Amino acid sequence: MKGMTIIVKKTTQLIAGMIFLYGIYIILHGHLTPGGGFAGGIILAGSFILLILAYGSDFLILVRKESGSTIYENLGVLVFLFLALTGLLFGGRIFFANWLPHGTPGELISAGFLPLYNICVGIEVAASILSIFLALIIFKEEILK
Amino acid sequence: MNPLIPLFVAVPLAGAFLIMILGRFIPFLNRYLAAAVLLFLAFISFWSLLTEGADASVYRVGGWEPVNGVPIGIYMVHDSFSALVLCIISLIGLLSVIYSMSYMAGYTSGDYFYALFCLMTAGMNGVVLSGDIFNIFVFLEISAISSYALVAFGVGKNELEATLKYQVMGAIASFLILFAIGFIYWKAKTLNIADIRVAYEEGHDRSYYLLVQLMLLTGFGVKAAVIPFHAWLPDAHSSAPSPISAMLSGVLIKAVGIYVIIRLFFNMFEITEGISVLITTLGAVSMVVGTFLAIGQWDIKRLLAYSSISQMGYVVMAVGIGMILTARGVKSDVAALAITGGIFHMLNHAAFKGLLFLNAGAIEYSVGTRDLRQMGGLAETMPVTSATSFIGSLSISGIPPFNGFFSKLIIIVAAVMGHFYLLAVLAALVSIITLAYFMKFQRYAFYDRQPGKTVQKIKKVPAPMLFSMIVLALVCLLLSLLALPSLRDAILTPAADLLIDQMKYSSQITGM
Repeated sequence: MKGMTIIVKKTTQLIAGMIFLYGIYIILHGHLTPGGGFAGGIILAGSFILLILAYGSDFLILVRKESGSTIYENLGVLVFLFLALTGLLFGGRIFFANWLPHGTPGELISAGFLPLYNICVGIEVAASILSIFLALIIFKEEILK
Repeated sequence: MNPLIPLFVAVPLAGAFLIMILGRFIPFLNRYLAAAVLLFLAFISFWSLLTEGADASVYRVGGWEPVNGVPIGIYMVHDSFSALVLCIISLIGLLSVIYSMSYMAGYTSGDYFYALFCLMTAGMNGVVLSGDIFNIFVFLEISAISSYALVAFGVGKNELEATLKYQVMGAIASFLILFAIGFIYWKAKTLNIADIRVAYEEGHDRSYYLLVQLMLLTGFGVKAAVIPFHAWLPDAHSSAPSPISAMLSGVLIKAVGIYVIIRLFFNMFEITEGISVLITTLGAVSMVVGTFLAIGQWDIKRLLAYSSISQMGYVVMAVGIGMILTARGVKSDVAALAITGGIFHMLNHAAFKGLLFLNAGAIEYSVGTRDLRQMGGLAETMPVTSATSFIGSLSISGIPPFNGFFSKLIIIVAAVMGHFYLLAVLAALVSIITLAYFMKFQRYAFYDRQPGKTVQKIKKVPAPMLFSMIVLALVCLLLSLLALPSLRDAILTPAADLLIDQMKYSSQITGM
């Protein structure tokens, strides 16, 4: 896949990092402000997609990226499920029990498991949206070959 | 709270994603991990069936207790009816995975296959256990989307066409279901099935809920493939890989179709005579039309797929008879008998249709064709397949002492006792036609060796496939023991009572 012009490349270079940070901000403040794992994950995936579109990529590198993002996608779900299952062991045998200390409402580190769940969901959504995008362009490259 | 209940969903989900990660580093891990997951599920489902009493066991996810008697949070309900469906899901699932170990060896991307298989199982378990309608929808989509991918697993022309048809019809059904759930939430202000029932008892707009009921019946009717909505089933079930056909026909249409229809119309809505007559009619039409569509088929798996429609018609019709009698408030013992017969036939159908699809897969594996006209005389070269498929054919046609006879007998007796003579005659006639097309299958595949034809090159059927078929044939025989009064009262009658006694389900859950 070919990249775009130097103007697009430079602009992307400037804003992709900001978008990435903003995604992380949305994920981490999921239990305090609107948004959360899903919305933040989409923004994270957006920054990656922007970079790939602007700079272009080699077919083989795309395939490698796709397999990497699939691993992160599965890991995200597994860690989420593992956190939920810890409730069965430590939280009075209740699935999804929020047995960590809840802290003061409004603080960044509070609400027990919710920020951790948000991080898992964020990784999962970012990786799966990226995988879908990569699968589509890999498919297109294969047809063009 | 039984702490095993969330494991029904969590373990297959974890299995699916572990296969996707570890499968790329360790070869052949996928099949053993999937088999271990299904073995564990089979163990806990039978354990729960045997240890749970007649009362429903309610699991509140996250430990959210009801506030002022109103349930909040997600409830998972394990009662005598869902326990039976969980058992057939995990049993057929386990045998299909064992069968796939050699059947799927010829396909690539084994990781995807076993991961999707575990996901589909997780979705079906979730639908069966869920206590609120929105989670039924979520799990329904999990199982449906993984089954779309599994149907297309061969990525040939036929598979892709079948899966496209299946997806389009499935999406329309899901849309209708989601729409109906939205309608219910708007009026009842709750999504919990038991709580909706309470809100419904307190007063409801009749025509509003009639629309909702029709939308739900259409949506889940597509999933269950009752006759006007059946167009996707013959293509999807015949072009999927055989272990998946066994899962789809044996379990999926029951767990996400019939089970949900029965659960919602008995335990969520009040039974009205209009809807009951409609359900009975749909069942009777599926039963009769399905069997006539099956008799002309030459493709083994298409024949079996149409026969699934017909046999599901029996289940829907039996349950419908129970609903009519309950709605009229007469003969509650006959209604209980009809529903018992319906549930019994559902279990039996899982066993023998699973078996027959595995047989069809074994034939396709060794001979390389599904067309009945191109085979013949296979009984000598494939003795185990021939014997087990003979058992399966006799069971589905209702020949004693196999299980199909007893469930059909119960259904016909209940229909006669409830004065539905026409339905009883139709059920008996359809059973004879079923015998006819299964004898056609037996004759063309296994016996009738034509002199002019050369004997095809035949591959030997591997041991794991033989094992699954033999176990299912034994299950077909053993299930007929459920017709004994003592076992029937212990296993089938509690499920029927739970459905007949309409307020019991919601009172157990809301505690009122």
